[in-house]
Parts: sequence; structure tokens; C-alpha cells
Amino acid sequence: MKKVFSRPKCLKPAPFHYCPGCGHSIIHRLVAELIDEMGLQGKAICIPPAGCAVLAYNYFDIDVCESAHGRGCAIATGFKRALPDRFVFTYQGDGDMAAIGTAETIHAANRGELITSIFVNNAVYGMTGGQMAPTTMLGQKTTTSPFGRRSKVEGYPLKITDLIAQLDGAAYVARTSVGTPAKILATKKALKKAFEVQLEGLGYTLVEVLSPCPTNWKMTPVDAFKYLQERMEKEYPLQVFKDITAQKKED
Amino acid sequence: MMKGTDAIGEAAVQAGCRCYFGYPITPQNELPEYMSKRMDEVGGVFLQGESEIASINMVLGAAAAGVRAMTSSSSPGISLKQEGLSFLASLELPAVIVNINRGGPGLGNIAPSQGDYYQATRGGGHGDYRMPVYAPAGVQELYDITMKAFDVADMYRTPVMILGDGMMGQIVEPIVRHKRPDVELPPKDYILDGCEGRPSRIVKSLILDVRLMEEHNWKLKRKYDLMKKELPMHEEFMTSDAKMIVVAYGTAARIAKGAVKRVRSNGLPVGLIRPITLWPFPDEAIANITKKAKAVLVFEMSTGQMVDDVRLATNGRIDCEFYGRPGGVVAAPQEIARIIERHWLQKELS
Repeated sequence: MKKVFSRPKCLKPAPFHYCPGCGHSIIHRLVAELIDEMGLQGKAICIPPAGCAVLAYNYFDIDVCESAHGRGCAIATGFKRALPDRFVFTYQGDGDMAAIGTAETIHAANRGELITSIFVNNAVYGMTGGQMAPTTMLGQKTTTSPFGRRSKVEGYPLKITDLIAQLDGAAYVARTSVGTPAKILATKKALKKAFEVQLEGLGYTLVEVLSPCPTNWKMTPVDAFKYLQERMEKEYPLQVFKDITAQKKED
Repeated sequence: MMKGTDAIGEAAVQAGCRCYFGYPITPQNELPEYMSKRMDEVGGVFLQGESEIASINMVLGAAAAGVRAMTSSSSPGISLKQEGLSFLASLELPAVIVNINRGGPGLGNIAPSQGDYYQATRGGGHGDYRMPVYAPAGVQELYDITMKAFDVADMYRTPVMILGDGMMGQIVEPIVRHKRPDVELPPKDYILDGCEGRPSRIVKSLILDVRLMEEHNWKLKRKYDLMKKELPMHEEFMTSDAKMIVVAYGTAARIAKGAVKRVRSNGLPVGLIRPITLWPFPDEAIANITKKAKAVLVFEMSTGQMVDDVRLATNGRIDCEFYGRPGGVVAAPQEIARIIERHWLQKELS
């Protein structure tokens, strides 16, 4: 019999601690599949965030270095500069990437660091219990925006991926979602592209993945996936913001 | 002839440091400027980070990758690095951090100061940790100690701080470029460089199980106890017949040495003990003061921080007087000589 589905080699045989309906498990699997398919296990270094995915080292069977909250891109810079032929990626949440680590993120991107950031946006601080994130949408209720986010008080959702796409050092910048199986496959394709662009040494690569947080959105997984597609994907349209390889082909 | 900051930089290069990350701040800018040239020459990495926080985390990444790495800054910048220092300590990663101490608190000024003693010797960041802190008092020592600092960092897998001040950074003195000492170092079996041909590794400090976290703390403590046994360094100057001992470190010790020479020429048997390691503190050498001397004067360029450690080491067996000039003031040896003479008279030591 032909084996058509199995656990990726670089995913440890450990059950995910993530909540039912959380997108992290899906994204972890996609990353692990790609590392296998691209033969990167022996040269990969992962920098997970402070946040729900801090425990990524329990799952990825590759070298993993913990990061203080928001410092992922700086640590990844240290690794990549010290070991330029390794494959280095950060795995970060919205608070990590777009609030406490904004400076580290933007400057790593602007330097064109040859790293990949996988930015999982679920519009809340998940691990700390659902507080407002930089990416929380207007009107969205969280434990620290109980009346819904108000532009006059809390400002607007920060679209850091759009910002990073403007930087000369960024080579591939895309936003995807895990909303449907087709979008999951598109996410895998975007991640693959980002990994390839890093290996080719073309510049900084970023894939933002919109992902549900049923627990802190206070929804069932089914409703959370609906909200993800009906609300979040409208606020954060899925697109490839920048792909310098496409531009090169056109030239 | 070499400038203090250049001596630190060259010693780092000779010690095999191949990654420097830092952010400009006065009075230490000559060090990153030196490194920006030298790292290029030796095929190393020089990168000006976007902040002190980013720089110390770049150091963390390079250290975890197995490369000797350093950063430098001055007081306000060192405050920003404290998060990274706490992580380096818990992750047990080697790194060398240079603090060219300036006047504070706050923005303060850019004059030489010793106000960061507590921050340096008490860990500085969050959590229960320590790190070796060296306070060189001349360009030769800046060179030798910087080279040593990288070995100590690798030996104990710890961040190591070199605490200088604006004066130490700026002075120009002749030096002998000693060769890198032969030291047997433990294998770097913890580094992350891709798991080709070996099981994957994790570098982490998140330990949610309190029992395991307690054990991690005790493990670190045992390491610090070993450092306390093996690392203390100090210099003694004219102490054998001294009735009064001056204790000072770094630039203050240079000034105090001049003062001791002055009062000696007036016939007062006064000596100087200069701690070279501020942590671990040379407790034994300080405790030994009480065997012969009748009085101790601690001189610092602060309102009094190291004096606490002198009092702990002497444990109430002798009066420890304090004289301080905080805020970036550099006292002349004559001033300290007058203070020594005043205490001599008041304590009726003659």
C-alpha cells in the first residue's frame, strides 16, 4: 500500500499543546513539511517568540534558540551573520513582531538580513490571555479593550507587513491565511518561496499568516474560522506585497 | 602607545572575537569605530545595531552559534542591555560586555564615573544571577583583561563585563601585546549550528516546572560559587606595613595610588588595595586588611557602592570610612591625600 500521509520527519512525535482550532498547529506542520521537502533539517535554526509558540522547540526537531519577547529578528541576525550558510527563521506573533519587537523587525528587514520571519497574526495576545494586540481590529473586544478597539483611544490596527514591503531590504513579503484548505496550501507555497529566496541570498523574507484564536476570541473553532475569513481577511487582504524574483524575471 | 578603547578592541580581536554588535554612545565610540575597521580585516562581523537591545540580542545569537562575540556601551545603553544579560546568564552563553561608565543617573554626562557598580555586580537584569566583572586600571590591563574575559566567558559559559570609565577609555599608554594565553577550554557542545549529524539542540531559559527552575538556579549558584573561588583578582600597593588601607578600583585607584605616594613621602604608612574583579569581590584580600591595619578608607567616583562590599568583607572588624566624588568629577591625588591625612589625624593613628 502506498503511504500518502505521515508525520513530517522534523516534527517530533509530541502532541501540540495548542488549543483546539488554533492555527499554530497547522502552520507548524507546514514549516516542518517544507524543511523535510527542502532538505533543511541539518542546517535550520529556528527562533521562536515569547508567546504561545515559545514551546516550538517541543515540536520542531531542529536547532531552536529561545528569544526574549520581540527580539527574534536581532537574535536571528546574530546567528545568520555568524553562520551565513545556515537557514535561519523566526516564528513570531503579532505582539512580538509588531509591538515590542517593531524596531528589531523593521531594521532586520531594512538591512536585508537573509532570514525568514513567519508572522502569525491572530489579532490578540494569546498566551497572556487575550489582551489587545497591535493588530487588534477596530471594534474588536479583548480583555484590555473591553468596549472594542477605538481608533481615538487605542489607535488603528498596525499593518506591519505592508510597511515592511516598502523597505528596500525586503525581497519577498506576503500575507496568507489558514482559513480554508486551499489557503493553507497557498500559505505553504508562500513559505516555500520565502525559504527559497533566503537560500538564494536575495534579502529579508516575511510571510504573515492570518490565524484564528478561538479561545481568546471566545468562539467555537468553526465560528473562529468564519470570523477569520469574514472579518480578518477583509482587514488584512491576502496578497503578495513584494517578490523581487518576479520583478527580476520581468526585467 | 595605545588608546584604552583601541586596546580593548585589539585584545578582543587577538582573543578570537569575530562578532561585534553595538550602538553608538559617548564616551566609548572609539571602540565600535576601531572594531568596524578591524573586523573587516580579520573576516569577522561588525554590525551597528538599531539599539542596545538589538545589539545584545545579536550577541546572544552569535554566542549561541558558537562564535566569540562582544558588545560595548556606556551607562544608559548598559541599562538597555540588562534584559539580554539576564537571558545570557540563564541560557549560559558566553559573551563579553564592555561598560565605559559615564556620569548618571539618567542621561547624566559623558565624564568618568563609577556609578554603575551596583548594577554591574548585582546582576543588573531580572532574576537570580551574577556575572564576572573586571575593572582594569590602565591600558595594559585593559588589553590583558579583555583577552582573559573571553576565556572566562567560555570557561564558565557566562557573560563577562569589563567595567571601565571615560578616563580608562581615553587614556593613551604604552603596552606590550602579550600573546593569547594557552587555556584549556570546555568543548562547545551546546551550540546551535544546524543538527547535521547529531540530535537537534535547544537553547532556552523557559522552565515552567518550578522544581526544575529551582534546580537551574542552584546549578547557576554552584557555578557562581566556583567563580568566587577561582576568579578574584586584586593588586596591593605598599600594604605590608600599612596602618591605613585605601580601597579603590579603576580610575579611582589610579588617583588613590598617587595619593598614597604623597602621604608616604610625608611619612604616613598607608597602602592601597585595588580590586580588579568587582564580582567576585576579593573578599579574602579585603578581610586580611584587618590583621594589621587600623583604618580603611574607601574612595569611589560615586556616592558609595563598593564600600558596602568592603564592609561585608571586613564584617565590622574595622571602621570603613568613605570618600566619594560622584557625577563625573575626577578628583586630583592631592585631594585624596588630604582626605587620607584628615582621617589619619581623626583616628589618631600616629
